[in-house]
Amino acid sequence: MNSTCASIANRVFVSLDTSALSKGSEAVAERIQQYLIKQPDMDVTLVRNGTRGMVWLEPLVEFETAQGRIAYGPVKPEDVADIFQQQPFSGLNNHRLCLGLTDNLPWMKKQQRLTFARVGLIDPLDIEDYIRHDGFTGLKNALSQSPQAIVLQVKESGLRGRGGAAFPTGIKWQTVLDTPSEQKYIVCNADEGDSGTFADRMLMEGDPLVLIEGMLIAGLAVGATQGYIYLRSEYPQAHKILNMAINRAEAAGYLGDNICGSGKRFALEVRLGAGAYICGEETSLLESLEGKRGVVRAKPPLPAIEGLFGQPTVVNNVISLASVPIILSRGGEFYRDFGIGRSRGTIPMQLAGNISRPGLLELAFGLSLDELLEDLGGGCKTNRPMRSVQVGGPLGAYLAPEHWSTPIDYEEFAKINAVLGHGGVVVFDDTVDMAVQARFAMEFCVVESCGKCTPCRIGAVRGVEVIDKLTDVHADQGQRQQSLSLLNELCDTMELASLCAMGGMTPIPVRSALKYYPADFGLAPLLVDPRSTHQENTSK
Amino acid sequence: MSAISTADIHTINNLLEQHKTLPGALLPILHSIQDQLGYVPPEVVPMIASTLNQSSAEIHGVISFYHHFLTHKPGQNKISICLAESCQALGSTGLEKDIKQRLNIDYHQTTKDGKYTLEPVYCLGNCACSPAIRIGEKIYGEMDINKFDELLEALVTYKVELT
Ligand SMILES: Cc1cc2nc3c(=O)[nH]c(=O)nc-3n(C[C@H](O)[C@H](O)[C@H](O)COP(=O)(O)O)c2cc1C
Ligand code: SF4
Ligand code: FES
Repeated sequence: MNSTCASIANRVFVSLDTSALSKGSEAVAERIQQYLIKQPDMDVTLVRNGTRGMVWLEPLVEFETAQGRIAYGPVKPEDVADIFQQQPFSGLNNHRLCLGLTDNLPWMKKQQRLTFARVGLIDPLDIEDYIRHDGFTGLKNALSQSPQAIVLQVKESGLRGRGGAAFPTGIKWQTVLDTPSEQKYIVCNADEGDSGTFADRMLMEGDPLVLIEGMLIAGLAVGATQGYIYLRSEYPQAHKILNMAINRAEAAGYLGDNICGSGKRFALEVRLGAGAYICGEETSLLESLEGKRGVVRAKPPLPAIEGLFGQPTVVNNVISLASVPIILSRGGEFYRDFGIGRSRGTIPMQLAGNISRPGLLELAFGLSLDELLEDLGGGCKTNRPMRSVQVGGPLGAYLAPEHWSTPIDYEEFAKINAVLGHGGVVVFDDTVDMAVQARFAMEFCVVESCGKCTPCRIGAVRGVEVIDKLTDVHADQGQRQQSLSLLNELCDTMELASLCAMGGMTPIPVRSALKYYPADFGLAPLLVDPRSTHQENTSK
Repeated sequence: MSAISTADIHTINNLLEQHKTLPGALLPILHSIQDQLGYVPPEVVPMIASTLNQSSAEIHGVISFYHHFLTHKPGQNKISICLAESCQALGSTGLEKDIKQRLNIDYHQTTKDGKYTLEPVYCLGNCACSPAIRIGEKIYGEMDINKFDELLEALVTYKVELT
C-alpha cells in the first residue's frame, strides 16, 4: 500500500492514560505494533497520547486523516486487524466501531478546552509536538514582561484556584511578589485526594509540559527559582510521565540555569506524598515537603509570606497552574470572557460513580449538572434512577435532583450550601443508603484527620457513634430526636471550631444527606433540625 | 534478632547517602527504602535519625503518620482496594468483602503463602472506571470478583510483570 503523503507517516493514537490503561489500551497498542511489523510497506507511527476524556470509549483508537481525526472505540485487540483493513487513514467508513470525527462527537463539541486543549491531541513527551500546538508561547511572552505585568495578566483573567478554595490566583501571586526574599518557591499541589476527581492526573499524564510551563511562568512572576510538584503516591503513571517530561524540558533548555537563553533560572522536582488526604491541605503539604508529619499549620502566616522552609511560597493546584500558559499566550481578557459571575474561565468537570458515560469535560462556568448527567452522561450505569450526586469530593454536599439545575458557579453552589471543589461529580442510583454515606463522611474524617484539633479529631469519632445510634433500628422516635440534636450540635462545633476545612467541611455531606434524605436515617422530614441548612465554607 | 540482612543495611546506607542532602529529605528517603525493601523496617529508624540529626522518635512519628509506609514486610504483591465514594457507588463494598474472603485476610494482613498483602486506599484517580484496585504499580478498573480471580490467575501463571 502506498501512503498518500510520502514524507509524513500516518499517525494512529492510543492513550497511555491510567484509566485507558485500566480498560486495556496497552494490549491494543501492542496489537497495533505487531500488526504494523507485519506490514512493512505501511508508513504508520503509533503515538501514545493522553485521553480525550471519554473514558467509556477507551480503549479509543484515533486515525489522523485529511478530514481530521477519526475515532474508533472501545477497541479490543482482536478488532485491530479488521479496522486497519478498512483503510482507516483515508476517511470515514462504516466499521461497527467507527465513531466519526472525534471533534464532532457530542462530548467534544460541548466543551471549551483551554487548559486541556492539547490533552489527547499530542504526544505528551514530545516537545516539538507541544510547540507545534502553541506550547511555550505563554512562556515566551512572560520572558519579555516584568514580573508585575505577568501577575496583572493573571489577575485580569479572573482565575481562581481550582484546588477547591477558589482563591484568586493573581492576588496570591501578588503577595509572593511583594514579599522580598532571597529564596521563593513554587509548589504545585498534585495531591488530588478528592474522590471522584482525576483532572489533575489526566492533565499530568496527557500534557505534563503545560504544567511545567505554568510553573515556570509562576516562577518568573514572583521571582522563584525552585519548584516542587507534590504528587500523591497513588499516581504511578503520572509520576513516570512527569519525570520524563522534566528531563526532556531540561535537555531542551526550558528548565535549569538559563531558561531559553534568558539568563533566568528555574529548577523543578517531583516529590511523592505518602497516602494522607490531609496533605492536600496546603500547609500540611508544606510540612510534608519539609519531611515532617503532615500536621496543619495555623494561618497566619500565609504560605505566600512564610511557606516552604519559611520562605514566600506560591501553592497552587495543578489545573490552576496549567491554566496560566493560555492566559499568558492569549491574554487575561481572553480567559475572562469565558464563564459567568465571579467564576471566570473554564473548569474541568469529572463525571464518576454510577454513570454510563464517565469521564472529563472542560466547560466554561455556567452550565448545570442536568445538562451533563443525562444527555452526555447517559444516566446511571445500572439503568436505575439517579438519586443523588456528590459534588466536590468527600467534603462536598450530596445533592438531590431539585438542585441539579444549579449553574456550575462557585457562588451559586455556595447559595445551596454546596461546593464545586475540584469539579468531581459522583453519581448514585436509588439503591444508595444516604445514612451509610453520611456515616462514611465522618469515618473518612476519623481516618484522615491530622489530629491537631479536638473538634475534628474527636468530633468525627463521636459523629460515627451518633449516626450509628440515630440509625439503630431499635431506637424509638424520642431517642432518634435526641441523637439528631446531638449530631447537629456536633456538626456546629466541627464547622465553627476546626482549624481547617477537613473538620470544618465534613458536616457538609452529613447535613445534606440528612436534609434531603431524612427517611434513610429513619426520620420523618419534619424532624430534621432547620439548622442543618447552616453551613460555612471554612477553607480560607 | 534483626530481620534485615547486611546487604539490606548496605543498600540503606547507599540510599541515605544519596538523599541526605536534599531539602526535606525524609520522605524521599522513606520512599526509596520502601521501594527497595517493600517496607520500612523498624531497624532503619535509628540509621535515618542519625543521618538527619533527628531523634528516632521524630522519624517514627513521621512513618506512622503516613498510610503509605509499611512497617512490616508485605507479601510479594500489595493489593489496594479503593474504598472512596465513586467506587462505593458501583459496589466496592461488596467487592471488598469478596476479596477479603478470597484471600482469607483482612486489611494490613498478608496471606499465609506470603503472596498478597491487602490495603485500603481512598481514591486511585480511576473513578471513571470504578470500582478500582491497584496491584503493585498497576491500576485496574471495573473490577469484580471474577476479574479479580483472573488477575490472580495471571499473576501466578505468567508471573505478569508488575513494574
Ligand atoms: C482537607 C483538604 C484537602 C485538600 N486537598 C487538596 C488537593 O488534593 N489538591 C489541591 O489542589 N488542593 C487541595 N486543598 C486546597 C489547598 O489547601 C489549597 O487551597 C490549594 O492547594 C491552593 O491552590 P489553588 O488556589 O490553586 O486551588 C485541600 C484543602 C483541604 C482543607
Ligand atoms: S480540622 Fe482536622 S485536619 Fe484540620 S487541623 Fe484540625 S485536626 Fe487537623
Ligand atoms: S473513588 Fe475509587 S478510584 Fe476514585
